[in-house]
Amino acid sequence: MGLMDQVELPQPVKYVFNWGRKYSLWCFNFGLACCAIEFIAASTSRHDFIRHGVIPFAHGPRQADLLVVSGTLTDKMAPAVKRLYEEMAEPKYVISFGSCANCGGPYWDSYSVTKGVDQIIPVDVYVPGCPPRPEALLDGIIALQHRIQNESLKDRIAGRRLDPVTLGADAPLALEGSSS
Amino acid sequence: MSELETKERIQPGSAPGEDVAFEIIGDGDFPTTDMSLSIGPAHPATHGVFRIVLEMDGERVKRATPVIGYMHRGFEKLAEYRDYRQIKALVNRHDWLSGFSNELGVALAVETMLEMEVPDRAQWIRMLMAEWNRILNHLMFIGSYALELGAITPMFYAFRERDDIQALMESATGGRLHFTYNQVGGLKIDLPKGFLQESRRISTQVRERLPDYDDLVLGNEIFHGRTKGVGPLSTDVALSIGVTGPTLHATGVPEDSRVTEPYLKYGEIDVKVPVGENGDAFDRFYCLLRRIDASLDIIDQVHDHIPAGPVNSKLPKMVKAPEGATYVRTENPLGQLGYWLESDGGRTPWRLKMRTPSFSNVQAIPHLMEGALLPDAISILGSVFFVVGDIDR
Ligand code: SF4
Repeated sequence: MGLMDQVELPQPVKYVFNWGRKYSLWCFNFGLACCAIEFIAASTSRHDFIRHGVIPFAHGPRQADLLVVSGTLTDKMAPAVKRLYEEMAEPKYVISFGSCANCGGPYWDSYSVTKGVDQIIPVDVYVPGCPPRPEALLDGIIALQHRIQNESLKDRIAGRRLDPVTLGADAPLALEGSSS
Repeated sequence: MSELETKERIQPGSAPGEDVAFEIIGDGDFPTTDMSLSIGPAHPATHGVFRIVLEMDGERVKRATPVIGYMHRGFEKLAEYRDYRQIKALVNRHDWLSGFSNELGVALAVETMLEMEVPDRAQWIRMLMAEWNRILNHLMFIGSYALELGAITPMFYAFRERDDIQALMESATGGRLHFTYNQVGGLKIDLPKGFLQESRRISTQVRERLPDYDDLVLGNEIFHGRTKGVGPLSTDVALSIGVTGPTLHATGVPEDSRVTEPYLKYGEIDVKVPVGENGDAFDRFYCLLRRIDASLDIIDQVHDHIPAGPVNSKLPKMVKAPEGATYVRTENPLGQLGYWLESDGGRTPWRLKMRTPSFSNVQAIPHLMEGALLPDAISILGSVFFVVGDIDR
């Protein structure tokens, strides 16, 4: 990344830079189960997250900035998710979409389900719901964009992440932005 | 099947209608090794986490082995730890595109064991919802199959309809995918005011818009080229491995438990089952699309039948199925869904065995793919309509 991981960018440059990054999130959808259907619904005409600058046509994890894990992660699937996450280039973001990806959801006592994708990869935004409405995903995306806007790329690349946001449980966006 | 033209086998590697002569160079004993190609578990064409290992001889598939289990969530075991009210919130998630139809099966099974009379109104509304759910499911596959063949647009059309229908179902059930609307003995709540008008309106609207799909997909030359004569399934093979639903209908067998073994009130109305001829990918898709028409016909009939009255019956605080076992089969959107429910008289089932349509249908994939070309393999994979959660449970 050259300079960016060594120096803190001056504020105006950082602003423009982050503004550009937050509106071109190439998104890799890890559609695992039911929630993936709602993810698709969010990408089609009625909800249309492309207007928020999320482009769901990443050719693969290597070209993606954002990983949306939507659905149940099973123990058998977990290594594949981890590997695909590792293939993504920094700075990368993860939205955990749906109760299953957050914590195991209705299968909290199942023998074969991983209780949350955060056990294997770090998550930036949790979107609760089973399945969450497409609007909730839009909300999650806006929360993530807010975070990207206020972020220091140097910290991010050095692996210093902010605490994850849980939609509906954490402080409203405006407060979160001003505190960081 | 008069609309279907006679099928013509398209020569591999040639434009439709044009012959290509292959010339074999050498004496034929050039040593080659087979390549094993693993598609999935995360591959856009497998819509879900389904893995298939292909043994390739050049461009031809020699053997295809589906690897399942990436979405195994242990439904059958979990059902043994949920009481009868909770199970329905669990089972509507195994085939996530047919939530309503799944819960219906469990509700029917428990009601059969309890020998419970379900109010007429509830039965008719269940049919209405089940058919809307069927349409939702089929629309999704119409979109995704076209997407796998490289056409993005039909997906947007399919979701235009899906969003309307989901909003309709949500107004009554509160859910967009997982409705949890059934209850042992009836339904959770009655329909909201104005539901039937809205339902009529949407059914007319969907019917008006269906020709779009005929034009966009079914009448598309590329689509014909990719699907006609690809992956034909014979009736014998289909029956021997228990294929059901549109995949079976495409081979010309109109087996549908709504007709052959009517449950709810299906016996009182006219249910059409569209069938194909050749059992190839085109026919499978054709049956799927025509099933939407058939479901709309049922919906229109149901609208005129829904009587007034209660929608649920009085239940004890704790529903307990009596000791014994029962098997209930219903026609899920993708085929026959069966629940084997065994109870020891306790508050949870002793065993809930599922017979899911997708599980049986994917067993046809090795038969279909043998000898197919690699690009056709994707076409075949998408044309055997399955939901991964329904395979793995
Ligand atoms: S959170 Fe609910 S809807 Fe989403 S994958 Fe899990 S069970 Fe399905």
